[in-house]
Amino acid sequence: MTVRLAFAPSAFNAESGSATIGRGSNIARVSDASPAEFFPVVINRPEGPPRLRLDAPDALGRPVTVACSTCHTIREPNIENRSTIDLDEFHQGLSVLHGELACLACHNPGDYDTLRLADGRAIEFSNVMTLCAQCHGPQWTDYQRGAHGGMSGHWDLTRGGRVRNNCIDCHDPHAPAFPMMQPTFKPRDRFLAPAHSREGGGHG
Amino acid sequence: MGERKSISLPVLGQVSRRTAMKGVGATLGAGAFAAAISPLRRIDEKVTAEEFMQRHYKELSDSDKRDVFTRLEAQAQDEYGADVSISDPRPIPGTLFVYAINLSLCNGNGKCVEACHRENNHDRATNQSYIRVLEMPIGTMDMEQGNTTYDHPVPAEGKFYMPVQCQQCQEPPCVDVCPVEATWQEDDGIVVVDYNWCIGCRYCEAACPYHARRFNWKKPEIPADEVNPDQGFLSNRIRPEGVVEKCHFCLHRTRNGRLPACLEACPTGARVFGNILDPDSDVRWIMENKRVYVLKEELGTAPSFFYFFDS
Repeated sequence: MTVRLAFAPSAFNAESGSATIGRGSNIARVSDASPAEFFPVVINRPEGPPRLRLDAPDALGRPVTVACSTCHTIREPNIENRSTIDLDEFHQGLSVLHGELACLACHNPGDYDTLRLADGRAIEFSNVMTLCAQCHGPQWTDYQRGAHGGMSGHWDLTRGGRVRNNCIDCHDPHAPAFPMMQPTFKPRDRFLAPAHSREGGGHG
Repeated sequence: MGERKSISLPVLGQVSRRTAMKGVGATLGAGAFAAAISPLRRIDEKVTAEEFMQRHYKELSDSDKRDVFTRLEAQAQDEYGADVSISDPRPIPGTLFVYAINLSLCNGNGKCVEACHRENNHDRATNQSYIRVLEMPIGTMDMEQGNTTYDHPVPAEGKFYMPVQCQQCQEPPCVDVCPVEATWQEDDGIVVVDYNWCIGCRYCEAACPYHARRFNWKKPEIPADEVNPDQGFLSNRIRPEGVVEKCHFCLHRTRNGRLPACLEACPTGARVFGNILDPDSDVRWIMENKRVYVLKEELGTAPSFFYFFDS
């Protein structure tokens, strides 16, 4: 569940605890003296706090989702809890494989509809990348310069915009290692046949 | 002809050398002539007069091009049932394209290979593509130790994955060897092929140290609904049989400012593309801040294609 927001440096500012993103491609500087107008780089973002789907449907058979705060506003946070193994009501199936992090390393015990930075400030789920960047500095640096993270659209921002992935588009925050994949497409060319057993001309 | 060791040659019996050579000459001459004109006989069936008379790309005027594109569009409609649009975007002034791949991120899943296949109207039967992904043992950059046949979940232990496609060399050996100048380098660094001028000798394929060129052994088969209608004359238009083709950095996209198809398809974000002449470009930053390397640097081909690892 992501929403695409037009990105401008002001939309991603110090108020939300974030650095400004890199400058982007600027061909007009090279070939054109007139001030360049850039199309936006749009970064996918979660549109807000996640909603948890309950196992049981409602009376009409519809799936029920609840906000984090639905439960967490009426119970005390247990700062002793380090993993889902100790839980007996909710989140039991959630496997957390993110270093040694405990739940409250990222989740905000003061307001479960937000996240919490290492310095104690709350941060919206939509700005989750700032939270990730606290620990993953090299990746964040690379991301800002287009050397990390998938994208689509235009390399030349004077001709069109660009859409970029958010950290959590590719990395499950609870188990962030990029998953193994099965290659699904292989050229059937001469390199795939053992030598001397090729029929006719290979497709070179 | 004294020692008749070779059984593959016609045996002429005990005749004088002079007579023998005459006979050989006559036989070979007739055979060679027949072989030499045989493509002409095939041309009658396959090639229109306009196509046969079409001049080299660089000699085509704008109105010639319009005629050629119209003819090729009609041909695509006729032979593939596809409504295509052929254009000829020219290099953007002040642009030199560079591609960089982060091999720490690439996991060999091959989505780029498939995206190239679809974008560039490759033959469906052979799964042809301009990209090969080599599964390499960690510790070497020797392409010969890579293999493309891996078929297991990736990344495998002890391996890294290196996609190889045309490196758009600044000193392209493939261009040097072409006897008819059917391939050349354009101002933005892209090496292109005039598919109508190529005679299919495959010298360029042999000259390329990166195995980046492909030969169309047969006419590509593509279902009408899978033909990509956005076609460039020097890029992804459907190629004729018997000509060589190669990666062109998706010039029908990139010369209109778009990213290449293989980059957009990459699920790991390993691919970076841009204009190296732009000091603010992503590729420029990579060049200045990462330890990049090129394949077979010692050959002096000066690729525009760079690889790097996260340090």
